[in-house]
Amino acid sequence: MSILVDAHTRVICQGFTGKQGSFHSEQALAYGTQMMGGVTPGKGGQRHLNLPVFNTVREAVRDTAATASVIYVPAGYAADSIMEAADAGIALVVCITEGIPVRDMLNVKAALRANGTRLIGPNCPGVITPGACKIGIMPGAIHLSGKVGIVSRSGTLTYEAVHQTTQLGLGQSTCVGIGGDPIKGMDFIDCLALFEQDAQTEAIILVGEIGGTREEEAADYIRWHVRKPVAAYIAGQSAPPGKRMGHAGAIIAAGAGTAQAKIHALREVGVEVAESPAEMGLAVQRAMLK
Amino acid sequence: MNLHEYQAKQVLREQGLNTPRGVVVEDPTHAELAATGYLGGESWVVKAQIHSGGRGKAGGVKRVDSLNALRETVTHLLGSQLVTVQNAPDGQPVHQILIEEPLEIVREMYLSLLLDRDHECITLIASVAGGMDIEALGHEQPDKILREHCNPILGLQAFQCRNVAFGLGLSGTLQADFIRMAQTLYRLFIDSDLSLLEINPLVLTRDDRLVALDCKMVVDDNALSRQARLADMRDETQVDSKEVAAQQVGLNYIALDGNIGCLVNGAGLAMATMDLIRLHGGLPANFLDVGGSATAQTVARAFSIILSDTKVKAVLVNIFGGIMRCDIIADGIITAMHEVGVQLPVIVRLEGTNVTLGKQKLLDSGLSVITAEDLTDAAQRAVAAAASVQTGALI
Repeated sequence: MSILVDAHTRVICQGFTGKQGSFHSEQALAYGTQMMGGVTPGKGGQRHLNLPVFNTVREAVRDTAATASVIYVPAGYAADSIMEAADAGIALVVCITEGIPVRDMLNVKAALRANGTRLIGPNCPGVITPGACKIGIMPGAIHLSGKVGIVSRSGTLTYEAVHQTTQLGLGQSTCVGIGGDPIKGMDFIDCLALFEQDAQTEAIILVGEIGGTREEEAADYIRWHVRKPVAAYIAGQSAPPGKRMGHAGAIIAAGAGTAQAKIHALREVGVEVAESPAEMGLAVQRAMLK
Repeated sequence: MNLHEYQAKQVLREQGLNTPRGVVVEDPTHAELAATGYLGGESWVVKAQIHSGGRGKAGGVKRVDSLNALRETVTHLLGSQLVTVQNAPDGQPVHQILIEEPLEIVREMYLSLLLDRDHECITLIASVAGGMDIEALGHEQPDKILREHCNPILGLQAFQCRNVAFGLGLSGTLQADFIRMAQTLYRLFIDSDLSLLEINPLVLTRDDRLVALDCKMVVDDNALSRQARLADMRDETQVDSKEVAAQQVGLNYIALDGNIGCLVNGAGLAMATMDLIRLHGGLPANFLDVGGSATAQTVARAFSIILSDTKVKAVLVNIFGGIMRCDIIADGIITAMHEVGVQLPVIVRLEGTNVTLGKQKLLDSGLSVITAEDLTDAAQRAVAAAASVQTGALI
């Protein structure tokens, strides 16, 4: 088992014939992901990477029975693409695009609340169940099918956590990059709930960063609902207040959102917090032995 | 992106909202002309235009009662570096000054709209205690803060405006004025892709008008491409010049106080690298994310930006090669070191796709690059290298 995606997940790509869409669809196919085709308005009827191209997500879903979609369209059009996928009945939408205006995401979130579609991202690396299904831009080769569930706000830090758990032989059940934007789809709590229910997942790594209070909320959720061992790392302990550290959501505002507050909240509920980003693997190993 | 006060007030006026009459000037002569001509009267308010709060306490906002005092204050402020509690220690340069008419103020209130990430909506915040730092007020007197969360699909509703108006003690025509103003501000917030619109204080004048005495606006950086007019109001003198240079080539750079330059791919890893340096007893000189698709050129530019900071004594390159292969990154580092002529110790930690080939290329290049075994090793070596260069410089 795993969460969100497995070897049977049927995936389409929005922005399929573009540079990013083409490159990462090829990588996904090479990894063994069930790519069913893609959508590029105006190119319907063509074939690309030996797969069908559709004008609309609705047509793609009708013809391929896809249940997941990955979005590589430019920031100005990405919100519309998410809503198109949701409207067509796609259950899981993964939006890789970075730089979507906040106002657009507010509208998307309000619209998705009404229809139950799950969104991962935007501004994220995607989701992968090692050996089964890769949706996104993460390097497939560093993964190892195994027992640790990973949920992270940062792309490259997810890779670090993956690399370390692979080296320790623990492997990963599923890795979810939830993205660095302030308004986004699935959050820590949504993933923690799924990992807690998942038979393959034996322990969880949560990778957070400065900004917002989602890590604190996750700590509260862990206290009451998560029995599996959890390890964490929080980036940005040395970040100055008021500065946006790369990610749109990574900013300490008015004293809220500091790494220290998040680390404190997580430790309070028994989470094994790694001091160093080099020790996420060791931290989860310690958590599993407790 | 921040707007100056005078720009934000201009935007408010275009929406038919009240601000004090004012003129923005760049030299003392125009300040006098504005005072005696358009503004008239016998006293004026002089306000230094910088992208920071706390200007009043730092001497950047003054009421003057004579033309002499006006000239003196303007001359003193123009070209100076105004240091406030928010932009310390460097401060920001004053190139423009807003001269305004003084108002007869009956009372001061607080009003803002902001992007509320916890509630995933725009939230209106108001208080009868105006002019105060709203965060401080939130801690000291949380009951004095009024909040209305706006449904993104429905927008700010009339009943919500009434809730706030009654909470502020506004009735009759003032209440009607307030409701009109709140709804105008909400529409402006949406239409202009703002992430913060703060009027502090919002004042009630003796002639029964609601006037925005100060205004702060922040535009969503992601939306600047569709807000061309606001994007044109950008003032790059208010931002660190290295940050501006980085932005122009698509890099994310933030200057810090330490002496170890960092070149990292990914924002999260870049922050983690800073933390790691600190954990091992060093201080990072910057945050720098070269992005997921760094090329030899971007790496070279990143190097020159890092080295333009004279505090830097060593450079730590930390790359987790995912889609971007380590051998390509190694090529970038080699090109950069040749082009830029790096004299300082450079510590490189490579991991991920094609890591062995990447490390070999660095070795074969003959450059004095220190390759680190892993994250911890890299941080320790960088801290040690910076310390030895620093001591060497002192002798």
